[in-house]
Amino acid sequence: MRKVLLGATGLLGFLVVWHLIPATGLVDPQYLPYPTDVAARLLQEFRDLAFWRRLRLTMTAWALGLALATLAAVVLGTAVGLVPFLRRATHTTVEFLRPVPSVALIPLAVLMFGLQLRAALVIVVYAAFWQVFVQVIYGVADVDTVARDTARSFGLTRRERLRYLVLPTALPYLMTGVRLAAAVALILAVTAEMVIGNPGLGRSIELSRSAGDAVGLYGLVVVTGLLGLLVNLVFRLVERRSLAWHQSVRSEELP
Amino acid sequence: MTARRPALRIAANLLFALGLPAVAVVLWGVWSARSDNRFLAGPLAVLDAFRRTWIGPAFVDDVLPSLLRLALGIAGSIVLGVAAGIAIGSLRRLRETLGPLLEFFRAIPPPVLIPVAMLLLGITGTMKVVVIMSGAIWPILLNTIDGVRATDSVMLETADSYRIPRWERLRFVVLPAAAPRIMTGVRQALSVALILMVISEMFASSSGLGYRIAYFQRNYLIAEMWSGILLLGLIGILLAVLFGLVERRVLRWYQGMKEITRA
Repeated sequence: MRKVLLGATGLLGFLVVWHLIPATGLVDPQYLPYPTDVAARLLQEFRDLAFWRRLRLTMTAWALGLALATLAAVVLGTAVGLVPFLRRATHTTVEFLRPVPSVALIPLAVLMFGLQLRAALVIVVYAAFWQVFVQVIYGVADVDTVARDTARSFGLTRRERLRYLVLPTALPYLMTGVRLAAAVALILAVTAEMVIGNPGLGRSIELSRSAGDAVGLYGLVVVTGLLGLLVNLVFRLVERRSLAWHQSVRSEELP
Repeated sequence: MTARRPALRIAANLLFALGLPAVAVVLWGVWSARSDNRFLAGPLAVLDAFRRTWIGPAFVDDVLPSLLRLALGIAGSIVLGVAAGIAIGSLRRLRETLGPLLEFFRAIPPPVLIPVAMLLLGITGTMKVVVIMSGAIWPILLNTIDGVRATDSVMLETADSYRIPRWERLRFVVLPAAAPRIMTGVRQALSVALILMVISEMFASSSGLGYRIAYFQRNYLIAEMWSGILLLGLIGILLAVLFGLVERRVLRWYQGMKEITRA
């Protein structure tokens, strides 16, 4: 209760400070509009179907990119993590490709696919892939040696070993990777729209900037923040649910 | 025999390290030579473009200013993030007051702040540094807060009962305890900072690495564009290597401790 009250005070304080900055003339309201104006604009946007269409486009790029990246990362990560030869052979390549900033690929994606969803997907998938891939490799390699030897002496087939040994070990890693990837994918879905110009929230942000529509711009920034918050919350929840049996989650529930 | 074995092992390691990249480059060369995709430049053409484009005055005019802004942005966000993180982490009331607000700000996709910064600060070098900081500070700040909170309470109470002054307590108890988390935050911040450096220049600039690459793309200078992507990749790798060195130095005691507990 105390926490909620204090948190609400913090939010309120922020809004008051935001209101006071243009009110006292510290910054021209043309550049930093009043929060009340932004809120009014947001309410207006929420009634506009075009806004929801743009939101859907952004979230489609996000969801598709995240799903493709996760799928590829799980398949490749499991193969690389389980086979020591592949791990050794791919190590330098992975370490070389991973730090390459995904936005460096934007010009290439534009040339190849034009101002379309596919160009944005290249960026989103590239950025999200590494987050999951690295975690899967760690997770798959983390199988307890005693458990592995036991499984082998009991004659578990390869399939059974994957199902009962590798999957439970790697799942917490995978969930962490997917949670991180979800946040990164959202960032790049919006960024791609801003820079490439495929339709979505990001492009609206860029359009309101070039039109000098500060109120609309701040409103959209708030919307993307709320989206990010939502994505974080949902994935944290999914992580807790799917790992309810796991030590790290169970121990948190003890008093 | 004993002399040959280490040599063999080194050769095998080298083969493993360089085998796949070598194969990839050869495949790239063959593919680009046979394909009629005009957006694909061969490795030799890219290397040549790299030499022509980036080595020389362009390095001073475009690359160095970008790197300087990147360094300033990272340094600024480390200083501010750690300072604010220690304050927020050690004062419970402040932490609870700012909690939801920080969650929200962290969730905003950082590149979205570029138009806002352009509006407030205009298109300047300061704007780009501020943009880099406004994105890179969050992982550092939040990790520092968590790190400070996780300081061993027995240590804190011991420091209290020995009446160790506030400043020394910070320096010798709280900061080391938070250091591993702070470094985790810095690592996340580095990749965000690099992205923001590129994007802010693609958006609002007439110089810099991001601007150059976007310029090459718009003018269909394909090999030059690829060389820019290569350069960005190299910067990313350089940052990762530098960070690895610093981390090993800063957390030497921590790594040692982990090894002991593992043994």
